[in-house]
Amino acid sequence: MSGLIHLLLFPGILFAIPAGWFYVWGEHKAAAVMQSRIGPPPLQPFYDFVKLTGKRTPPRHGIDADLLRLWPALSVLSMIGALALLPVFPRGGGFAGDVVLLVALLEMPSICFILAGFTTGSMFGEIGAIREAVLSVANNLVFLLSIVTIAVTGKTFRLSEFAGFSSNPGHWIGVFGILLCIPAKLRLNPFSAPSAEQEIYSGPLTEYAGAPLGLWKLAHGLEWVALTGFVSILTIPTAGPWWFHVAAFLVLSFAQVLLLSTISAATARYTLQSAIQFYWRWAAILAVLAAASAVYMRLRG
Amino acid sequence: MNLMKRLMHRCRRKSPWLFHLNTGSCNGCDIEFITCLSPRYDVEQLGIHLEGSPRHADIICITGPVTRNTLEAVKATYAQVCEPKAVVALGSCPASCNVFAGSPVIEGPLAKHIPVDVYVPGCPPHPDAIIEGIARAAQILANRGVAAREKEAQSK
Repeated sequence: MSGLIHLLLFPGILFAIPAGWFYVWGEHKAAAVMQSRIGPPPLQPFYDFVKLTGKRTPPRHGIDADLLRLWPALSVLSMIGALALLPVFPRGGGFAGDVVLLVALLEMPSICFILAGFTTGSMFGEIGAIREAVLSVANNLVFLLSIVTIAVTGKTFRLSEFAGFSSNPGHWIGVFGILLCIPAKLRLNPFSAPSAEQEIYSGPLTEYAGAPLGLWKLAHGLEWVALTGFVSILTIPTAGPWWFHVAAFLVLSFAQVLLLSTISAATARYTLQSAIQFYWRWAAILAVLAAASAVYMRLRG
Repeated sequence: MNLMKRLMHRCRRKSPWLFHLNTGSCNGCDIEFITCLSPRYDVEQLGIHLEGSPRHADIICITGPVTRNTLEAVKATYAQVCEPKAVVALGSCPASCNVFAGSPVIEGPLAKHIPVDVYVPGCPPHPDAIIEGIARAAQILANRGVAAREKEAQSK
């Protein structure tokens, strides 16, 4: 029953879809404020989604329409699954899972994005898919090492025990490492090379239209909720009433949206080589040192 | 109109995504069009968004008198935009070919080749006029979508 509430109500479907639209609005609004504009109204992502579902998309020759629809649908489903796994309430039950399953689900949109690029057969789609694959390899090294650091520090891979505030510095270095990877996972500046607008149009999404494109936009919103939610549950103390956990989850998640969107609006796009250098040369050194020190401390007992 | 139709009508009006096509323009209209996207005019307030792919767009904004070389591109781009869609002709060139009228390499005016919904005359038109033209096209687009649905339902 508790698992069903997690999946359907909070932080699942009923919360995540409007929250995803709201976070996407936050992303655009932050960019608008940075550029001295007013920006879109709060309901804009909802208007865009409904409009896209009402577009008539004739079948295209040489492209498998079912596969084209499958990738965004899989992305949306995996994100809802990831959200249902998030232990927002430390003692609130929900789906019992470990962090490996959550990481696999969080990685699904990236894999689907790559496959969508190759499915469309478009030159821009393929370039975007290759860029996404390279960037995914680059940021996942840091992402996984950060998770290992937190897991070794907390001595568990179980999500319910993995989550929560910790005074251990290794835990916070791990959280910082995850936060560094979120812009690449969301394809935000300066790591927006896979969907570089004005350069390769929309990358793998160039050939998409109508409802499948709307699903991609929805998946992007859900990615925002899941990834910022993941960082939030690692920073909220386990003690306290249920409303404190909900309020802290919402405030911390939206604060991350504003922070990352502001950074996105304030930075230019990295070339693929610079993005890899950032993750493998600088962030990876930090992550390897953190993981190694966490393992060393663990072995010392 | 039932609730779903009203919702769709509102969403189409509030979310017009544009595709910009230059068919041999002198770039005067293009500069004014791009100005609309700048912080001074901030068309994102109206939900207007410039897209890189015609398949994402609802409205095609066309500048230029349609040269022989760009004619096929105009037809192909128009075919790629999914229904319901609208066309906005920016400037005097797509409306009348302007000073290029009579040239052997000009295939315009635009209405000879694809249906045009809104003309924004001027050489070049002011950004305020362009924004008004796009807002009118969004209204036409929304009405057209509802009318098409009703026609579809009647034929069934």
